[in-house]
Amino acid sequence: MIFVTIGTQVSFDRFIKIIDEVAAQIDEEIVAQVCQLGFETKNIKTIDFLAPDEFNELFSKARLIVSHAGMGTILLALQQHKPIIIFPRVAALGEHRNEHQLATAEKFKELGSVYVAMNEEELKTLLLQNDLRPLAEIGEYASRSLIEAIEDFIG
Amino acid sequence: MKMDKKKIFAVASIGGHWIQLLRIAKPMEEKFEVVYLCTHPKCATMVEGHQFIQIEDYSRWDAWKMIPSFFRMCRIIRRENPVAIISTGATPGLTCLLAGKMLGKKTIWVDSIANVQHLSLSGRLASKFASRIYTQWKDLATSKITYAGNILGE
Repeated sequence: MIFVTIGTQVSFDRFIKIIDEVAAQIDEEIVAQVCQLGFETKNIKTIDFLAPDEFNELFSKARLIVSHAGMGTILLALQQHKPIIIFPRVAALGEHRNEHQLATAEKFKELGSVYVAMNEEELKTLLLQNDLRPLAEIGEYASRSLIEAIEDFIG
Repeated sequence: MKMDKKKIFAVASIGGHWIQLLRIAKPMEEKFEVVYLCTHPKCATMVEGHQFIQIEDYSRWDAWKMIPSFFRMCRIIRRENPVAIISTGATPGLTCLLAGKMLGKKTIWVDSIANVQHLSLSGRLASKFASRIYTQWKDLATSKITYAGNILGE
């Protein structure tokens, strides 16, 4: 199963439309968590609101995660060793308050720890590959140095 | 003699902020009694066995809600009396830090790893008053803004 998520704040129809289109060529169940979707999808199942536990269940069942460039989803995927494709929201298109997702996506592309699609073509190409593997592993917690710095300060 | 653990607040909005907060606060549970505050009640399931307080959600677009929220945070802080407050964002976390500052608590802001080019607006506001400000990117560190690692654990 492929799990698609756009976070909880604003709609991201451009992204869902691309996935719905390419889904016609994919022989695998695709479930998308959406919000305020402005059209009917033909090839993928959409769910409007997911409670955190329902979200986690779908997430852990999924073979592949496809997501907006939100840190929460990126972190969950890295923690659970799932391959993830991120596709940034563009504020200029009204998809976010500022362009930080573009910057996040560029940075993660540089780090090479997740698959990054900056446009429709790249997203379609990645979705049609069926050999995506997790690109990085992270431990359970933040850097020891950061935790210690905070603990020392609190005293 | 067993000493009681000092109490600290860990506060964030649901989503990326919350996930990042857990990666910082969870390992601190050994040394501190961590009280978690989040904007969504269901997040309580992720911190079972710990005190959880739901807080109001708002962003800079409905920032007027900061005012009643600020007073409620003050009441919560007075009641629980933590020694320090840590937040990874967003606006409600900033409000909680401000309330903590007013009440003489140590306040710690860890800017989201999503902010790769400059600190978030909340982070910039927090840097005006918080006791400690951390960025998760080395190149954003300054004399006031510290880099000590990131939530990825690298």
